[in-house]
Parts: sequence; structure tokens; C-alpha cells
Amino acid sequence: MATTTITKTEKLVGKRIRRREDPRLITGTATYVDDIKMPGMLYAAILRSPHAAAKIRSIDISKAKALKGVHAVFVGEDTKNAGAVPCGASLPGLRVPHHNLLAIDRVYLVGHPVAVVVATDRYVARDGAELIEVDYEPEAAVADPEKALAPGAHAVHPQWADNVAFTFHQEGGDVAKAFAEADVIVKQRIVSQRLIPNSMETRGVVADWHAADRSMNLFTSTQAPHLVRSLVAQILGLEENRFRVVAPEVGGGFGAKIQTYAEEILLAWISMKLQKPVKWIESRRENFLCTIHGRGHVDFYEIAAKRDGTITGIKLKIIQDLGAYFTVLTPAIPTLSVLMMPGLYRTPNIQADIVGAFTNCTPTDAYRGAGRPEATHGIERMVDMVAAELKMDPAEIRLKNFVRNEEFPFPTATGLVYDSGDYSAPLKKAMEMAGYDQLRKEQVEARKQGKLMGIGLCAYGEICAFGPSPATPAGGWESATVKIEPSGQVTVLTGISPHGQGEETTFAQITGDELGVGIDDVLVLHGDTSLVPYGIGTFGSRSTAVGGTALYYALQDLKAKVKKFGAMLLESEDVTLANGQCTDNKTGKSVGFKEIAAAAYRAMKLPPNTEPGLLATHFWEPPNFTFPFGAHLVVTDVDRDTGNVSIRRYIAIDDCGNILNPLIVDGQVHGGVAQGIGQALWEQAVYDDNGQLVTGEFMDYTMPRAHMMPWIESGHTVTPTPVNPLGVKGVGEAGTIGASPAVVNSVVDALSPLGVKHLDMPLTPEKLWKLISAGSNA
Amino acid sequence: MIPQQFEYSAPKTLDEALGLLAEGAKPLAGGMSLIPMMKLRLASPEHLVDLGRIKDLNYIREEGGAIHIGATATHQDVLSSPLLRGKCPLLAETAAHIGDVQVRNMGTIGGSVAHADPSADYPAALQALEAKIVLKGAKSERTVSAEDFFVDTFTTALEPGEIVREVIVPIDGDGTGTNYQKVLQPASGFAIVGVAVRVRKQGEKVTLARIGVTGLSNRAFRAKEAEKALEGRSGSPAEIQAVAALVGQGIDANSDLHASAEYRLHLTAVYAAKALATALGRIA
Ligand SMILES: Cc1cc2nc3c(=O)[nH]c(=O)nc-3n(C[C@H](O)[C@H](O)[C@H](O)COP(=O)(O)OP(=O)(O)OC[C@H]3O[C@@H](n4cnc5c(N)ncnc54)[C@H](O)[C@@H]3O)c2cc1C
Repeated sequence: MATTTITKTEKLVGKRIRRREDPRLITGTATYVDDIKMPGMLYAAILRSPHAAAKIRSIDISKAKALKGVHAVFVGEDTKNAGAVPCGASLPGLRVPHHNLLAIDRVYLVGHPVAVVVATDRYVARDGAELIEVDYEPEAAVADPEKALAPGAHAVHPQWADNVAFTFHQEGGDVAKAFAEADVIVKQRIVSQRLIPNSMETRGVVADWHAADRSMNLFTSTQAPHLVRSLVAQILGLEENRFRVVAPEVGGGFGAKIQTYAEEILLAWISMKLQKPVKWIESRRENFLCTIHGRGHVDFYEIAAKRDGTITGIKLKIIQDLGAYFTVLTPAIPTLSVLMMPGLYRTPNIQADIVGAFTNCTPTDAYRGAGRPEATHGIERMVDMVAAELKMDPAEIRLKNFVRNEEFPFPTATGLVYDSGDYSAPLKKAMEMAGYDQLRKEQVEARKQGKLMGIGLCAYGEICAFGPSPATPAGGWESATVKIEPSGQVTVLTGISPHGQGEETTFAQITGDELGVGIDDVLVLHGDTSLVPYGIGTFGSRSTAVGGTALYYALQDLKAKVKKFGAMLLESEDVTLANGQCTDNKTGKSVGFKEIAAAAYRAMKLPPNTEPGLLATHFWEPPNFTFPFGAHLVVTDVDRDTGNVSIRRYIAIDDCGNILNPLIVDGQVHGGVAQGIGQALWEQAVYDDNGQLVTGEFMDYTMPRAHMMPWIESGHTVTPTPVNPLGVKGVGEAGTIGASPAVVNSVVDALSPLGVKHLDMPLTPEKLWKLISAGSNA
Repeated sequence: MIPQQFEYSAPKTLDEALGLLAEGAKPLAGGMSLIPMMKLRLASPEHLVDLGRIKDLNYIREEGGAIHIGATATHQDVLSSPLLRGKCPLLAETAAHIGDVQVRNMGTIGGSVAHADPSADYPAALQALEAKIVLKGAKSERTVSAEDFFVDTFTTALEPGEIVREVIVPIDGDGTGTNYQKVLQPASGFAIVGVAVRVRKQGEKVTLARIGVTGLSNRAFRAKEAEKALEGRSGSPAEIQAVAALVGQGIDANSDLHASAEYRLHLTAVYAAKALATALGRIA
């Protein structure tokens, strides 16, 4: 039972408070989309293309329609005018394919939706889908971005023969000069392979149309309910105020639920057509094929440096595997890589080019880190390679090139302004925790015995708190409403849409401290567009830095009002609000929060120019992004006989600004590190030449499991940001961003006695064993 | 799980079950292999006969100098059986390598051998143990050796209407050592390769060597050349290396995303050496 304290004196922010959302999650009582049942609800099953590229000659739905229990079957011709999957990103000259809800005359990826069967239950719906006969004329496909750009490649979209969706160029400083005057130039092709996000809960939608009042209820597993509402309402020509989107419990997203998907539009359309509620739950197989993928970069780096290790210039060409069509952010993701390409280094001269390539594959979009892991992986690999070339210690070259403390706010060559930092602090702390010098000595001894021991560093920076509105496709502000109920209990409505990040806890901590009430007196609500004011959603490590700040300011407004009522009750003009009570600064007399709340609603008397009730709303526009940073240090041992990598030590030092709840921050770092190690060692979306996803299920796609994880030694340095009054930067993606380069650098270091300079992920045992066995024969 | 429609029976007696199976029904044991296939609609049986309620199939007991394991004994039953741990530790050790806790609590030895996944763990141990598999139909009962039972990928000596009734493993006396070594396929947890070794020594000499291999090829097999090369020797480190190198010799090795044929063969030698050394070291 909740303990109703209403007032308290203990500070909540900064404490390891357990997540208040967990009891319902771990007792299985949370309500996900698939838990929603409605009277008369129908179920949809989607028939999807088995081919990566094919013309559709004909579709015969007669058998499916005749099946008992089938209410309707729709094909592309039916939904042709219902709209297309929206892309929110805009770039000059961008070619945007029109992705119909259901394929019309051709399919361009495995999993392309072709028809939808609506039936009394999901079994009949699936049976019906199997009865549909589609006559395909398969064509050659292209599933690799470099091959897609080669002359003569199959055109994913016949109207664009070169498969180029866009090119993008950016420059800062004088790159030509930097390269002309360089002592060393190091070049490397670096791949950040395609990954599959795999949240625990797949996607799912329930659409429920009420014709009589022209209202739609759409329950969907999303990170951005308001965005879904705006887009789907607009696409279907519905009234936004009568369109309610609810993100109930959402079992993870990792960026793959920011998008507005075909199924959200399709289900709403079907519900209107059939005048019934309709449910669709994505199968795991569909999730692999039809929810966005992440990464998918082939990068070509060139670094110019001076003999003393000063990095003077970076050139980067990115080939981005976009997939066959766009979801909401697809083409924008690699531009984030460009923004972060200098990493934490002062380098004033950069040049970047992106080529966005269409392939007959699932679209790529934001996956935990979205563009920054690729950038960090690239620069952190390259810095190691420059150090190796110059025979410098990898720590030394980093310390030499870091932006210096006195240089903040620091304008980067890519046009950002880094907010605050002490970039050497986490690296030094990690090295101290690891006993770096001792480890290097140990490594010398190990190498004498022929052992392959590696020490890898990564100093990462990231761009968080998305973000100033002009820099985002759909606004970057956030909203919060705080209500003090007549009982004195507090309700927070936030525009963010947490799905595992723990803001029901951290926002209650902020609120508790500001108002002086206990954490159990605060309820944080989110994810229902009919309940909370318009908000942008949860992604890009923005929720606390932007949404928490909106809350902070709403709380300031509300506190002012509480004080007015307090002053009225105390008949004073000079009061302080602290510890859940208002105190007269002269007499020392005080009145409690509960009494103030009751008085504000009872309204027997009101302070001058003051309305009854206690409610405040604030929309906050951030003036800048925030830039968290940190350092990871990884010690690995590579087994010569098998190529197996074992991680002996994993040290993660994060600086995410002020820490509201260390338990939650650790959890975010640990989960992020697991995903980064996953990319470094195991995960990969593999397509064959026909565009079939070979790793299309958990039997082949290696999701890291608990037993594969090392012990993570985490620590922090704290450099508050001046961008927001909470001083928080964001921590949702940091672990992922830091982990993959740290692990790869460690393994490359282990194999460096064999002449290995670079390795592309994932570092599978076989890949390493081949190098080791070739090296030992050589 | 959204399979096609099917009928489901859960008889309490073996005869009843065998009667239904004779009519073309398919047995369901732990469902750990069958249900995923039904879910993906790769298998669409019309009638499932759940063997789980048949008491007469769930036992692990000593009988006539051997251990008899009923078909529905779960992997957890096997790994935790004091009888097996004491008298046939190789099987218990192997069971502990299968899947995860949930899979071990549900999956059965009968289901595993009947399924004959070429990367399953039990088959390696059953080859090394020269186990016998008792097959029962409505009107017949026969016993086949593990060697004859595993025919090909997902193919066994089972005839339509027959079930695996029990698995019989020997009790080895003193002087025997065993070990199972497995290289995990990182995604599925099945064996990229698994090597089970059973060795007996008299004095300094290896008098019996049995090596069962799974994951390497289309079916689990006994590495007889390697066995022969070890018998009569002392099992020195150099001999172990030489014997291990023979284990995969001449085998048409599987090749997939997780391990090429070349790498699989290499791993076979590496892990065979580990299994041999461990088994020899365990001889009491
Ligand atoms: C996540 C996961 C991981 C796994 N990892 C491993 C692993 O690491 N190693 C490993 O070896 N296995 C692994 N398995 C497979 C597991 O061991 C299965 O339990 C086993 O393969 C099948 O046993 P079952 O009792 O579940 O059989 P079921 O799935 O019920 O049946 C399998 C097949 O055998 C038939 N059948 C069942 N019982 C009998 C019988 N008595 N006589 C004749 N036919 C019968 C069924 O008709 C069906 O065709 C894994 C499974 C899963 C789901």
C-alpha cells in the first residue's frame, strides 16, 4: 500500500529509489496492447511478400473471403487512396518513395504487406491469409548498399535507376589544408552492420472507430503517441481532437517505435470500414522483417594528424543502407552521424558526404543511439589507428585532442555547440579503476607467452535531449502539467512517453522535492493523448532533460500559486514553501500542503488576482542539445584455439550531468552496454543475395543473453549542463554508444601482435580464428 | 502461437495413446520442438496426442544392470537424477547443457531423440554410451541401438505409429571416465559441435573408448577411427591431440552462418581433445 505522507523533508533526487513502475511489470498485471479486448473485436492478419522484389501479376482472395469467420479481405487496390507511410525527414533533393499501406503492383522487400484478412479471431485470420493466392513475377533483388550503388544494379524503385535516395555534403574549416599539411594520413573502411532492435514486446495496434461521434481510439505500442495521432489523423482526414491515441504499457522500443507504421493507418482505416474494433499483433517473425532495423553504414574514413598526435582533419564518406522505403526518420539518421563525427576532439576541419542507398531490405531508422554509435565507432576506431601509426598510447592521443575544459561552450566544426564537459575526467577515472599502467605491463608479459590480451578504450560523446525545435522534424520541446488535487496529492501529466526508462519514478522524485511531498503522493501519467497535453515523446535521451525541465518549470509556476494561498491562509506577505508547508518568515507559523490544497479548491476566499484550483502547464523549448560523454575501458582475452573473446573487465564511466536516480542510471548504462557488446560481438542482420533475411529469428540472430554479459563496473563523473535547470544531460543511449568501439578496440589491441589493425563487427569467433590461424602460419 | 486447427487428446494410458497414433495422430511431449514448428506453420498435425499424462512413460530406474529412462523424463529429471548422476553421469552432464531452464523443465528425452535435430545434445552422449532405444507401436516393441536409431537430419528408425518408449543406458563400473563438451551456437544455444567421450582404463591402458559427436554433420555419429586409435594407448597429451584430430576426419561437415565446415571441423578437434582429457582425468 502507498503510504500517504503528503509532506516530507528528505530529498528524493539523487537517491537510489526503486522504480515505481516495476511492481505491475514483474507481477504481470500491466496492460499491453494485446491485453486490450473489446466487445465485437475483430482480428487482422497480414499476408506479406515472400520475395524481395517482384511484380504482382494477380491476387485471388476468393478462397479467403469464403472462409467461415472471415469478415473482410483487403488488397492494395482497396487501400490505394487511404494514404502512405509517412516520412518526417526532409533533405534537399530527397527522393521519397510512396509506400502504400498494401502493395499495389509490385513488392520491394520480404515482408512487404500485400493483403489483410479480418476475421473473428486471429487463427481464422491467419488461415484466411494462407488461402490468398498471389501470382508473383520475381525479379533480381539487391540487398547490399554498396552493390546497390554499383552500375547495373537492380533498381529498387524502377523510376530511380541508380538507387540513390539522396546525397548530402557538409564541410567545416579547411580540410584540404589539413590534409596537405598532415604528417600522417590514416584511411579505413569501417562497417557498422545492420541490427534488429528486438524489443521484448512486438508492435501491436487496436483501432476502435465510433462513427456516431466521428471519434477514433487507437491503442498502439509506440514511443510517440501524439506524433502518431497527428500523422494518422491527417492521413485519414480525421479530426485530430476526436482522435485519441493511447500508448498503454510499452514493452521497449529502442527507437523502433518512434515511427508511424503502415499498420497503425491500416487498422484505423479497417475499423472505419467495418465499423468494428480491430486488433493486429505483430508476430516475432514480422517484427524481424517489418519493424525498422538500425545502423547499416559503410563508412570511409580519412584522418589527418601531426606527428605529435594532434588530429587536424577528418574526412568521412557514409554509405547508408536505407532499405526499400522510408519510415519517419530514415534519411535523417546518418546526418546525426555527421554532426557527431568529431567525437570529443577539437578537430576544426571536417568534410562529410553521405550517399543514401535504396536496397530491397527493411527500412533503417533510429535504433538506440541513432547515428551516434556509428559516428563514435568510426572516430574511436580511427583515433586508435592513428595512435598505432604514431606508436602512441591510445589514452595519450585522446587526452591530447580532447576539447579543453576552458573551451566550453565549444563550437564544433560540424556546427554544434558542446554545452559543458571535463572530457579527460571519465577516461582518467576508468584508467585508474582498471589500473591501466599495470594492465599494460601485464599485457607485455602475456604477449611474451603468446597470449592474446587486449585493452580497449573508448571516449564517447553524444548528442542528447532532442532538441531545439528548428533542429528536429516535428518540434523538440516538451510539455508538462502538474495538478495538486484537493486532497493534496499530486498528478503529473507529461508529454513524453516512457516505455521502460523509469520516468514515473524520476519525475515523482523531481516533483516530490519541489513541492515537498512524498514520492507516493505523486502519480505520473503519460501516453494518452486525451489525457496529457501535446508532447513529442520519448527518444533521443530527451525525456528527463526536456520533459523533466518542462515539469520543473510547471512546478515553479505551481509553487508560486501554492505560496499565494499559503500567504492568504497565514495572513502574511512573506512566506517560504519548503518541506510540504508554507511558513510565515516573520512569525514562524506554518500551514500544511493539504490545508492549502483544500483551501484552493474550496475557494471560500481567494488571494488577490488568483483563480481557484492548483494546476500549471508548461511547454519548454530547449535552447540547445546536451552533450553527455564518458569513457569505457575493456580488457579482453582472445582464445587462440577457437577465436573466442572473453571480456575480463568492463569499466563504464558515464557523465550524464546531474544524476536524479543512480539506480536507474546504472540500469540504463547496463542495458545500453549489453546492446553495444551485442553489436560488437554477435548481432547482425544478414541478407542473402536474393534479399532474404537469413537472421530472421532468434535461432539465428544472436540477441545477447544475461549469461553472455561481463560484470559491468560502472562509475560516474558529474558535469552538469547549463542548458537546463536540472543540470541533466541524458543517459538512455550512452552505454550503447560507448560499448561497441571499446570492445572492438580491445580485440584489435589483442590481435595487434599479429599485425591486425582493424576488424569489422561482429567479432565472431570464426572471423578471429581465421586471422589467428593465418597469422600463426605466416 | 497461431497454428492451424488441430485436435488434442491427452490419454492416461500408453495403449490408448498407441491406438490414436496408429490412426495417424502425432505425439506431443514437451512441445519444445514441435510447438515452434506449428507456430511457424512448418508442421500442421491434425491430431496431437499428449504423452504427458501417461504415468507409465515417466521414470528413471535401474533394471537388469542398466538404467531405463522413460520417454517423458524431462531434461531436468535427467540432470538431477541421483541414479544417473551416480551411475551414468555422462547423460546427466549432457542434459545440463540443453537449452535453458524453461526448456529443460519441459523438453523430454523421448522428444529430443525422436526429433533427431542434428545439433541436439543427447545424441552425442547416447552414441558414446551405446545406448539402446526401445520403440513401441500398437502391436510391436523393438529395441534398436543409438547407432541405428539416428538415420539422418530429423530422421530416425521410428516407423509410423511407433513412439520412443524408453532409453536404456549402461552402468559403467570403476575405471570409467566421461565428459561432454559443447560449443554453443550463440543465437540458438544448440551445439555447433558437441563431443561426448566415455573411456575405460585398466592400469595404464585405455581398454574402451567411445566418442559420440553431434552438430558436425547431418546426424550424430560415433568416431570409430578415433576410438580405435585410442584403445590400447595410455592417453598421453600427444595421443589425445592425435586422436582428437581423427574425430572429424572424413566427415562432410555442416556449414552455416555460425560456423563454416572448416571451422566446425577445427572446433571438433579442439573440443574432442578437451573432452578426452577431461574424461581420462575423471577415471577413478
Ligand atoms: C529455446 C530452445 C533451446 C533449445 N536448446 C537445445 C539445446 O541446447 N540442445 C538440445 O539438444 N535441444 C535443445 N532444444 C530442444 C529441446 O531439447 C526439445 O525439448 C527436444 O528437442 C524435443 O523434446 P520435447 O519433449 O519438447 O518434444 P516435442 O517438441 O513435444 O516433440 C518433438 C518431436 O518428437 C515427437 N515425439 C515427442 N515425443 C515422442 C516419443 N516419445 N516418441 C516418438 N516421437 C515423439 C513429436 O511428435 C515431435 O515430432 C531447445 C529448444 C528450445 C525451444
